[in-house]
Amino acid sequence: MSPPPRRLIVGPFNRVEGDLEVTLDLQDDAVAEARVTAPLYRGFEQILLGRPATDALVIAPRICGICSVSQSVAAARALAQVSDAQMPANGRLVSDLILAGENAADHLTHFVLFFTPDFARACYAGRPWFAAARRRFAATEGESPRALLPARARFLHLMGLLAGKWPHSLALQPGGVTKAVDPAERVRLLAILAEFREALESIVFADRLEAVTALDSIAALEHWSDAAAPDHGDFRLFLHIARDLGLDRLGRGPARLASSGSFGLFQPGLWDIGSRVAPFDPAAVTEDVTSAWMAGTAPAAPFAGLTLPAADKPDAYSWCKAPRLDGQVIEVGALARQVVDGHPLARALVAADGGGSVRSRVVARLLELARLIPAMEDWARSLRPGEPFCLAPGAPMADGTAIGLVEAARGTLGHWLTAQDGRINGYQIIAPTTWNFSPRDGAGTPGALEQALVGTPVHPGETTPIAVQHVVRSFDPCMVCTVH
Amino acid sequence: MARDFTVLWLQAGSCGGCTMSALAADDVGLAKPLDRFGIRLLWHPSLSEDSGREAIAILDDVAAGRVELDCLCVEGAVLTGPNETGRFQMLSGTGRAMKDWVAALAAKARHVVAIGSCASFGGMPAAGGNPTGARGLHYSGGEMGGALGKGFRSLSGLPVINISGCAPHPGWVVETLAALALGEFGTSLLDTLGRPRAIADHLAHHGCSRNEFYEFKASAARPSDRGCLMENLGCRATQAPGDCNIRRWNGAGSCTDAGYTCINCTSPGFESPTGPFQETAKLAGIPVGLPLDMPKAWFVALAALSKSATPQRVRTNAHADHVLIPPARRPARQP
Repeated sequence: MSPPPRRLIVGPFNRVEGDLEVTLDLQDDAVAEARVTAPLYRGFEQILLGRPATDALVIAPRICGICSVSQSVAAARALAQVSDAQMPANGRLVSDLILAGENAADHLTHFVLFFTPDFARACYAGRPWFAAARRRFAATEGESPRALLPARARFLHLMGLLAGKWPHSLALQPGGVTKAVDPAERVRLLAILAEFREALESIVFADRLEAVTALDSIAALEHWSDAAAPDHGDFRLFLHIARDLGLDRLGRGPARLASSGSFGLFQPGLWDIGSRVAPFDPAAVTEDVTSAWMAGTAPAAPFAGLTLPAADKPDAYSWCKAPRLDGQVIEVGALARQVVDGHPLARALVAADGGGSVRSRVVARLLELARLIPAMEDWARSLRPGEPFCLAPGAPMADGTAIGLVEAARGTLGHWLTAQDGRINGYQIIAPTTWNFSPRDGAGTPGALEQALVGTPVHPGETTPIAVQHVVRSFDPCMVCTVH
Repeated sequence: MARDFTVLWLQAGSCGGCTMSALAADDVGLAKPLDRFGIRLLWHPSLSEDSGREAIAILDDVAAGRVELDCLCVEGAVLTGPNETGRFQMLSGTGRAMKDWVAALAAKARHVVAIGSCASFGGMPAAGGNPTGARGLHYSGGEMGGALGKGFRSLSGLPVINISGCAPHPGWVVETLAALALGEFGTSLLDTLGRPRAIADHLAHHGCSRNEFYEFKASAARPSDRGCLMENLGCRATQAPGDCNIRRWNGAGSCTDAGYTCINCTSPGFESPTGPFQETAKLAGIPVGLPLDMPKAWFVALAALSKSATPQRVRTNAHADHVLIPPARRPARQP
């Protein structure tokens, strides 16, 4: 007979964006069950009620300091629908540049600050790659953070140029952007992108971005990885570590990946393990509050949803609601976007790993980073100074309902707005990490991370198991968005 | 050699934006510019390797007085609800409310610094009905009496130092911590709301690139217009403390330079204006929020005068998103 399960509570789970606690029930040195707790509630959906509708452009970005632009875009898209605003081509291009800039900076921040420092931990001292990992990935002191944090800061000059500052800009409006780009600024923009490309190509990839995006199979990835010394570029070092640690077998998520599509570059859809891609239908979204410290009973569509804290609710264990698509758990993020879009490498990875894994999530994030920069270069070259960047709304803020959807770095973000007489009558937000880190629903079905943690090995004596940390951080959680 | 100046950084009810802003400090990241002044981060939620039990051990050591703490930095509002239990934010893995951790650690710190407007005054979570009981460390809105109590003084005898702003400029954070580490800080360097005067003695208006439009009251009417944002679009830069347009953000940016209004994010209560953020509140056609230290009648008289003197170039460009009429040139001198 096996011994009774023992329980481990892991937190504070830092190097994620925000607050997170994970409760693990262990059996035979592996996770048998996981419960994911968002231990913070910030009340933004309540704060938005009754405010002038356009105030959402100020309030919503402040939900999150790492994806504030994504929140801006979602709010602006929802407002555009109720005010009949149209965006000129320049406005669309600059909005896309600002959003892609945030996505790209977030992917880099995740890789260098939040994820890779775990490979420099003393518990890996015996691995053949440890010296290289320690030298390159160590928190703060490693060569990568020392080189890439400055690169990130210089890349964020794009935000200064186009959006005034980052985070928390008001530049993104329903009808476009508040600042026109003049010819000299367009050149500066191209220079910023060129400098960032150089940093990525020399430090992260040690290769051309185009060589990375052209990798179209696992064989091609392995071949590329073996074509140079293991520490020739951070991506290659990660691939070597991933192979040694079996990160392709760690953290298998639900094999249903969804994306609302982005930039017209990444197609929307819902992918399942049979490699079918169905349309992504926001009307099929519901939120369940069974395990959340929230009043309510049956799952509700966001337009009918309420946010009423109930801190003493029995059996609840998180401030996060449980969103479901057609009643099903989905995983969102860069991997979902690349798989849904049909990138051959991303598709091959999820087919081989049976859904998302630690390896595939990290590879997809870097693959997307490599795809974004050339697209941004194209958009910057397509700007036409002298033509309009913002159009006034076609109608004053009126009554109506609208869904503002956007792909944040971490996945699909939706704002469900109900406006009446120019004021906010309802505002429900479903953030990427609400999807990925949702608690159990009324049927007892665990959320995506809760599923992904099952089977994760826990070594004797570990209080903050290292493999659990890899799985959790592979999702790049943004808890502050989750606990709006 | 003097020992390091130790900093412990906690994220209370925050969006994480203050940290994200600070990571762009001096274009190199946060740790390096602090290191130049002998400042060492004992623990920072985004930067430290230590997780879970290792992180709790660091907090326990400080709370028990086993490790000396020179400065506690708190980012985000202290959430006191529901019903003063603090259960809207429990510090993961400890079963203890963040508000209680903040109080315990603040009692051991030589200095306490509020990073951002939420930690300073309550900030955005305190908007609306303040559903989470959000408070600043020392202030609730503009009133003294935050989560640490009215009479709070850190071990150095200073009140909480409020680096307000949403998000604050990374330079404000680095320079304030550096001044503390250099032992150069005193109450005379704080304004009446506990903000460093090095920052708060300026106005966001100073150095605004729209200065000529302001001088002539040539005003923007809609987003992306180049004109002054004060008359119609809600700009509060003439009242907002901060050197925002002097030092610039993320390279060369600023809010007003990017075409949107200053929302006075360094001031208590900025989150709850009387009207929409992006519209100027007016009484009888005159903006309510005029510069605080200028007689209103003079402002109105000068505005009327300058409007009548506005050059056609300025008037035209104020309503365009790019320069339509360039400045006049003296004709070239004939030989």
